[in-house]
Parts: sequence; C-alpha cells; structure tokens
Amino acid sequence: MTEIFANEVDRRTLLRRAAAVGLMATPAVGLLSACVGGGDDTPATQSSGAKSADNPLGIDTKAGVEIVIFNGGLGTAYATDVDTPLFNKKWADAKITFSQTEEVSTVIQPRINAGNPPDMINNSGSKLMDFGAIVKAGQAADLTDLFAAPSWDVPGKTVAETLVPGAIEQGTYDGKPFAMNYSYTVFGLWYNAKLFQKNSWTIPTTWADFTALCDKIKAAGITPFGYAGANASYYMVRALLTSAAKIGTEQALKDIDNLKPGAWTADPIKQAAQAWGEIGNKYINKTFLGLRHTEVQLQQDQDKVAFYPCGSWLENEQAKDTPAGFEYAVCAFPSVTAADKLPATAINAAAGEIYFAAAKGKNPQGGKEYLRAMLSKEAALGFTKLTKSLTVVAGASDGQTISPGLTSANDVLTKAGQDVFVGYLFDTWYKKLDDESRGAVNDLMFKGGDAQKFCDRMEKASQAVAKDSSITKFTRS
Amino acid sequence: MRHGKYPFIIGFLVVPVALYAIFVVAAYLQTFQLSLTSWSGLGKIEYIGFDNFVKLWHDDTFWKSIKHNLFLLILLPIITIVIALVFAFLLNVGGGHKGGQTRGVWGSKVYRIIFFFPQLLALAIVAVIFGRVFGPDKSGMLNGLFPASWKPWLFLADERYAMACILIVLIWQAVGFYVVLFSAGMGSISTDIYEAAALDGATRITLFFRITVPLLWSTIQVAWVYLGIAAFDAFALVNIMSVDRGGPNGATSVLSLMIYRNAFDFSQAGYACALGVVLFFLTLTFAALTLRVTRRDSVEA
Repeated sequence: MTEIFANEVDRRTLLRRAAAVGLMATPAVGLLSACVGGGDDTPATQSSGAKSADNPLGIDTKAGVEIVIFNGGLGTAYATDVDTPLFNKKWADAKITFSQTEEVSTVIQPRINAGNPPDMINNSGSKLMDFGAIVKAGQAADLTDLFAAPSWDVPGKTVAETLVPGAIEQGTYDGKPFAMNYSYTVFGLWYNAKLFQKNSWTIPTTWADFTALCDKIKAAGITPFGYAGANASYYMVRALLTSAAKIGTEQALKDIDNLKPGAWTADPIKQAAQAWGEIGNKYINKTFLGLRHTEVQLQQDQDKVAFYPCGSWLENEQAKDTPAGFEYAVCAFPSVTAADKLPATAINAAAGEIYFAAAKGKNPQGGKEYLRAMLSKEAALGFTKLTKSLTVVAGASDGQTISPGLTSANDVLTKAGQDVFVGYLFDTWYKKLDDESRGAVNDLMFKGGDAQKFCDRMEKASQAVAKDSSITKFTRS
Repeated sequence: MRHGKYPFIIGFLVVPVALYAIFVVAAYLQTFQLSLTSWSGLGKIEYIGFDNFVKLWHDDTFWKSIKHNLFLLILLPIITIVIALVFAFLLNVGGGHKGGQTRGVWGSKVYRIIFFFPQLLALAIVAVIFGRVFGPDKSGMLNGLFPASWKPWLFLADERYAMACILIVLIWQAVGFYVVLFSAGMGSISTDIYEAAALDGATRITLFFRITVPLLWSTIQVAWVYLGIAAFDAFALVNIMSVDRGGPNGATSVLSLMIYRNAFDFSQAGYACALGVVLFFLTLTFAALTLRVTRRDSVEA
C-alpha cells in the first residue's frame, strides 16, 4: 500500500516537473536582455586629445582602441595584417585590442546595453544588429568629423572626397552619417564568360533579347535563370527592384524606402514584377524554391544554371568550387521596356558591410581614426587584394588585375558612368518589410507570376509598417 | 540527528533555488514587464500598456503560428505514443512467452539500441540531415528514391506539406525515448498477469489492449505532457529546416520562432516578450489541463 502511494506521488511530481521544463523556454528573451536600460547611462570618461593637422580627429595618442571584426566571408586578415599595422605605423603608442566574432549581436548587444561597448565595431553577418535601432538608441557615433577630415594618404582631399558617390549617403540616418559602409558591391547578372563564348551567346540589353537568349539556353539543356528560394530570395528582390529603378529611375525605390502610400503599386514596380514573373514562369527551375544559395551557386559552377542575380562577392564565395573552365563575369540587368528612363548600362552598386564607432565607448575618436586608416588608399588596396571585393575608396585598385570577376565588375561600373544608383535601404531599415518581400518574390517567381498580387501584398505590408508606431522610421531624399 | 536536518536540506537547496530565481523567475518577471513596452532591444524603454497584445490579436502570423503549434500539440503526442507503444510491446512482450518468460520479438535487443539512436543526435544535426532527406530536387534523398519520371516533390518548400515534414522529424526523433520509457513501464508489469492471460487464450492484440495499455496508463500520461511541451517548442527544427525561416509564407511558423525573430531580427523585443507571455500562459494552461484531466482515471498496478 505504501509503495503504491509513493509511486503515485512520484508520477505526479514527474508530471509537474515536465510542466516546468516547458516553462523554461519562455524567459530566454528577458534573460538575454539582462541589464535592461543600462545603455542609457551617460558615457564614461572618454579619451580625447588636442586636434591638429596631423591629428584631425583629436585622438588621445596613448589611449588604446578596441575593435571587433566579424569573421565571415571577408575573413579578418585585412584588419590584423593591413589596417592595424597601418594604424600603428602612425600611432605607435595606441594599442589596438582586436577580437573577432561570428555572432555580432550575441557578443556586442549585451556590451552596448551594459554601457561598455568596443570602440569600433564591424556590424555584419547573419547575426548583425539592427543598425537603425542602434542609431535611434544613440549608440553610434556621428561620423561627420571623420568624413570632413583630411584623407589618410591622398593629399589635399578630405575623406569624403576620396569615396565613390553614394558611399556616405548609405550610412546616413536622418541627415547624419553614422555608418561607414566599406565594401563596394556591384549587383547584376552573373554568368560563366567561357560558357557564353563557347556557345557564342551575346549579353542581352533589351528584354526581348533576354528572353530570346533564355530560349536558346533552355534548348541547350541549361536552366536559363535561377536563384535560391530557401534563404537567398532577397537576391531576387534586388533584381526586381533594380529593373523597377531602370524603368522609373531611383525615385521608385526612394518612394518605397519612404513608405509612401502607393509606392509598391506604382507602374515601374508593376512592370518589373510582370516581366520577372514571366521569367519565373518560363525559365526557372521550380525546385530552386527549396534550395539554399550555396546549392544554386554550385549548380551554376557546374554550368547547369546560366544567369544568377548576385553581388560581386559571389566570385570569392565560390572560389573553392569554381572549376578551371569557369570564369565569372557580370552584366547589367537588361532594359525592361523601350521607354526605360535609365539606360541599359545603368547598374545598382552599393556600399555595404557596416563599420561604426560606438558613441558610448571609451575612445570613440580612436575608433573613428581607425576608420580613417581603413579609408586610406593603401588599406583599401590591401582589403581588395585579400578579400577580392572592391571598397568605397574610389579607384583604389585601378590598374590592378586581381580576378576576372572583379575586372568584369569594374568594367560594368565604368560603362555605367553616371548611371550608378544606390538602390534601396528598406531592407536594413525595416526588417519586417524585408521579410515580407522575400516571401512575396518567391510567390511571384515560383507560383504563377502574379504581378498584381505581389504589388498588393507588398503595399499592404509597407503600410502596416508605416502605421506601426513601435518601428523607428527613416527617410531619404 | 534531527537538529542537523534543516541546515542539511537548506545546503542542498540554496544553489538551485538561487539559480532558479535569477535565471527563471527574474527573467520571467522581466518578460512580463517588457511585454508592456515598445522596447526595441536597445536603448530607451517606453511603456505602451497593452498595445502589444492588441497588435498580436491582429497579426496573421501569430494566428498561423498558434495553429501550427496546435497541429503539433495534437498530432505529435498521439502518433509518437502509438508508435512507441507498439514498438515497446513488440520489443518486450511481442515474442510470446517461452519457458515461463515473456520475450520480445527476435533481435529485440538490437532494435532497442537502434531505436534509441536518434535521441543521441543533437537536434541541429538532425535538422540538417533531414534537410537533405527532404531536398526538393533529385539530390534530395526521398526525391532520389522516387522513379526518375516523377516531378520532384518540394516537401519543405511546399506550403501544404512543410509542416508535416517538421512533424515527421519530431516524431522520428522522439520515438526512441518513449520506447525506452514504455519498456521500463512494461518491465514493471508482473509477468504473471501476461502468463495468466495467455493461458486463458488471449491473443497478442488482446494482451496489448487489455493488459499493457491499462497498466501503463500513468506512464503514457507522463509521455503526453512531455510531448505536448515539445510541441510548444519545435524552434530548432523550424529555424534550421524550413524555407525562409518559418516559410514558405509562414507555413511553418511557430510561436517560439516568432519570439526569436521579433526579438533578434526585427528589433521588437517588447512585442517578442508579449508573445512570450502568451506562450507562458498557453503552456501553463496545457499543463494544468493535463494534470486535471488525468488525475482520476489512473489505474494502479
């Protein structure tokens, strides 16, 4: 009898314990936000020194600078082997404390909330922090003085004057620059130059040429166009919106960024969605909806996919999978209509990869000075050589032969001349809208190509963001 | 002896209670507090009353997620328990009895180890492996096994089947553990009972339904609560396996994933906390209901 009773108690305790296990899952958010509001503290004493021609940002030449670099596709060697030595050549007494992370928000966000951030942070990767929220919280230092300071190694020019157009604009929030976007990415249609040569396929400039070529490619047993629906549908969003900008100039994208009512249902967007929806209906491989970017990119390397919309990081990302007979090249997206307001050569090239100085760190000026070193021609060339990506420092790698893909990217930039546009920023400003656009573009490209449905869905999501007072709004002009 | 009892007990309790208070209770309180704010996860905290809950009420993704959690809550325990019971029965009793001993089917010791294997794999690894099993083109395991003339099945990329794929993996992973749990339960059922029933001419099916299931009832209830709670989670699998994290078009979104995405991707920590509060009450309701419903009808061995 006693034994049976004991048994019963045991089982009931077990049930209760089981219930407790489930309850453990919820408090994770509260836990990770430990030290709530700590970030509002007034900054601790910050290092500074006297400003001079040699020391335009007025750094304390003996104060250390702590930097954190994201360790991803670009690696960290450019910081440890190029930037830090360059910085220390000038400021030998300022000790650089370097660390790297693969999860930026996990490591940095608690430090920001605790009022103890590193001085210079590379906000990147899949776990990057929402930079709009950081700016709004007053945690990023104003970089106006950095861009107005003389260049590190180009005599007679300010830092701003050495950069490509649009570079500063992209890190500007409500009129003030807070982020240094360092790498410069050219977006377009990537293909295997050797495959195209072999089949004497010419690069299309009009939509009719494009579809005609797609028919030829399809007849050759190759999927004409593809992208990865499972995790890289934003490459397709960019393709579609680049086409929209060509039809109706960059204003179409600015309206989207500014959450203007009717921005997504405007004609340029609808025409672009219509044209791309057709491509989806006829030329895409439907199984790509469930594939990841590496899988589709591998198929391209195996010449199973002809055109792939992507940025100029692609060549470096695929370096180890690219066979000998494969030579990356890029072309601008073809014109959609004969009445497109931008020429066929117009391209979307944007600065990316955010670096910023923490406003409430121990040495924000030191962090900015490190950024100034990175924006020198010498450091920029070193970066391009190590990472095979261009930087926002204009002409830093001119005359250098680094890789076929990079040369090709440089060529389309030259051909585009003045018709280079920054693109859109809503994807970093409003993550929820970004999320919606990925689902919507997948539906458009893989499930019937209904342009009106795409436009309506995005318009609804955009207006929902506009009405949500808990989301910080930004504007651009 | 008696006077030393309390310091002894307290000594044992201090550390776990402190850990529990800091990492569970305090975090919970903060979650409740933050659910009333529009905090982004950084900087200033503003109280906005119950706005987050109003927003939640009108959020389609939230209702979709609830639906998916309920789908798991109903199907995961039922299917897992049925499969685990059948396996456990076959492993322990299914071989009939010889020489006064009930035995499992031939090779049951090997099976027992094999069934438990999935439990030893980290969930993240399971998710990656099944991502390949459900691969949408011919490189996927299932599609590769289908005849070449078939159009590839999209599995996770198909809104209709994506959630079922997740359910299958959850079941695959869970069954092993419950086979062991039920085996232990069956081990404690006296062989005399089986023997007596067998002498009376009971078939295996009768043995299973008339003896095994009733005598295991309380173990099954435990399994039910555990699996129900697993159904409220499912975060890791959905996060790694699904298309577009919870997609396509929210077809695999679950509450835990919504909490994570709102807190860390969308910078809406306040809203995420409101979701956390909802999940808290849902789990609590489920546990309370289960405890209440199962209170009376247990049969004791």
